[in-house]
Amino acid sequence: MSMRKFAIGAAALAFACGAGMALAEGPNLGKPITPSDLSAWDINILPDGTNLPPGSGKAADGARIFADKCAACHGDNGKGGIAGELIGGPPKASLDGGKTIANFWPAATTLFDYIRRAMPYTQPRSLSDPEVYALTAYLLAANKLIGENDEINKTTLPKVQMPNRDNFIIRFPDRI
Amino acid sequence: MRSKTRSDHSIAQVAGNGLLDRRALLGRGVMLAGAMGAGAVGSVTGAAAEPLADGPWSLEVGDAIPPYQTPSPFEKTVVRTVDNPKNEPRNSRARTPHHLLKGIITPNGLHFTICHGGVPDIDPAQHKLVIHGMVKQPLVFTLDALERYPMVSRIGFVECGGNSAPLFSNEPIQANVQALHGLASCSEWTGVLLSTLLEEAGVDPKAKWLIAEGADSPHLSRSVPLAKAMDDAMVAMYQNGERIQPGQGYPMRLWLPGYEGNMNVKFLRRIQVTDQPALTYYEARTYSQILPNGKAYRFYFLQEVKSFISSPSPGLKLREPGIYEISGVAYAGTGRIAKVMVSADGGKSWAEAALQEPRLPKAFTRFRMPWRWDGGPAVLQSRAWDEGGNMQPTREQFVALRGQTTKPPSVLGFPSQHFNAITSWAVDGKGEVRHVYA
Repeated sequence: MSMRKFAIGAAALAFACGAGMALAEGPNLGKPITPSDLSAWDINILPDGTNLPPGSGKAADGARIFADKCAACHGDNGKGGIAGELIGGPPKASLDGGKTIANFWPAATTLFDYIRRAMPYTQPRSLSDPEVYALTAYLLAANKLIGENDEINKTTLPKVQMPNRDNFIIRFPDRI
Repeated sequence: MRSKTRSDHSIAQVAGNGLLDRRALLGRGVMLAGAMGAGAVGSVTGAAAEPLADGPWSLEVGDAIPPYQTPSPFEKTVVRTVDNPKNEPRNSRARTPHHLLKGIITPNGLHFTICHGGVPDIDPAQHKLVIHGMVKQPLVFTLDALERYPMVSRIGFVECGGNSAPLFSNEPIQANVQALHGLASCSEWTGVLLSTLLEEAGVDPKAKWLIAEGADSPHLSRSVPLAKAMDDAMVAMYQNGERIQPGQGYPMRLWLPGYEGNMNVKFLRRIQVTDQPALTYYEARTYSQILPNGKAYRFYFLQEVKSFISSPSPGLKLREPGIYEISGVAYAGTGRIAKVMVSADGGKSWAEAALQEPRLPKAFTRFRMPWRWDGGPAVLQSRAWDEGGNMQPTREQFVALRGQTTKPPSVLGFPSQHFNAITSWAVDGKGEVRHVYA
């Protein structure tokens, strides 16, 4: 604890004891917000599937959406263009390149989270949740990580086993 | 004075190929200045100066003072290099011209910038920061509200995890220090400690992480250990005294001193407190570093001890033999810089550089080394130690652990990240400087 924090903390504590109330050290100007009022921003998906929304999608629907909204940058069938390839690529990534969904991404939930928050590049947050599920299903199926007819939803997505998931080493465990 | 310093032998050589005693800069700077001005040392010609005359600017009234001063037109080349000037739908980067800067503070307009969806035009009156998740009470803060909180100011660097990535190339890429190391900068940041806001919201004791998110179009998000958030993380609103520049995250950014630039989420709008990391795109894919054995690092976070020479460096030609100052920056995400050694013979011999005060933790430290160039070939290197004894590795040591490419990538490419090994500049007999591996 810094001296400054200690001094302020001690003052707050003294006041709290005298007034019978707890105080944080700031002026307490944060305004309470309800979960429903922050729902429009509440878009983080965790690897265990936490916060995945209702809805579902399949690869065939995703392929149509991809051709319409994604192929301009990512290339026909996800082979790459001004933006990176999303389907195919080398079996292993190296320092020469080639990190792909199939050979590198550790969690399938990252696909849903990133597509929904950031894509399409020029129209982020314009896709519906079922469209995001469908695109996720398309990319997973095209990379042969799920079957062509598998439905992707909040239950099935976190269960998709990404091939490279166990190949990561935490660099500085004591910093976590 | 001049008679005493006329000979360069008055300054002791302390390492091979002309490195001079750093104390010539510290306690006896006048002596070195005298030596440089004496002609016999500083110039091969020794010619006398020309007679003085008034310049035209001394004979007329100057311009009106502008409301916001910008550099002299003569400094028009002191700018960042931008790699996406037409704002094509891809990442955009601007690199700091280290070879043209001195000191430790990067001017705001020259601070490096990386944006993943262009630079957003955020109305500060509309901007909000929400803290929610594993807290007693989710809270929303406006910029006006945060202005009333106790603020702290701290000088520190921000470095992209991918800075210096061209040095992963198997062959040295010929580029200047701006292209190679330009994704690191140093400022004074002022804002509210994140711990203050988290304590107000009331963090659940079971929480371990937070997920920070920006208001830019990719809604860039990164997971941050709660330990770092409670240690020295700041919601920064001011940069070198003025509001943070748009490219740095206006109106507020997360600043995590010493941690990978991408985690210092700009345009900060949301912090969700969690018990697990999110494995966001940037941490799960981009900022996970492939290792030679096929595995990859995750959550590298730390920008380890590092230094590079900014002058001389490629593009800065030495015009004649004589005394020069080798100068550069050293920094470590772990704390203060303890020592910088400099070599002029490719690492065969080393001498300790002078460290300019202030020498602050997790900030650029400027080092200086007087050097007498005899006109022959030289290889200049710097090597830094942090206060914990961590040593900047040689490139050979580094790539043995971290790998390198099999063919040279684009100078704009990012084969991997967190390169912190020694950089080598070769000076040839004409005074030209180029990038080498030594």
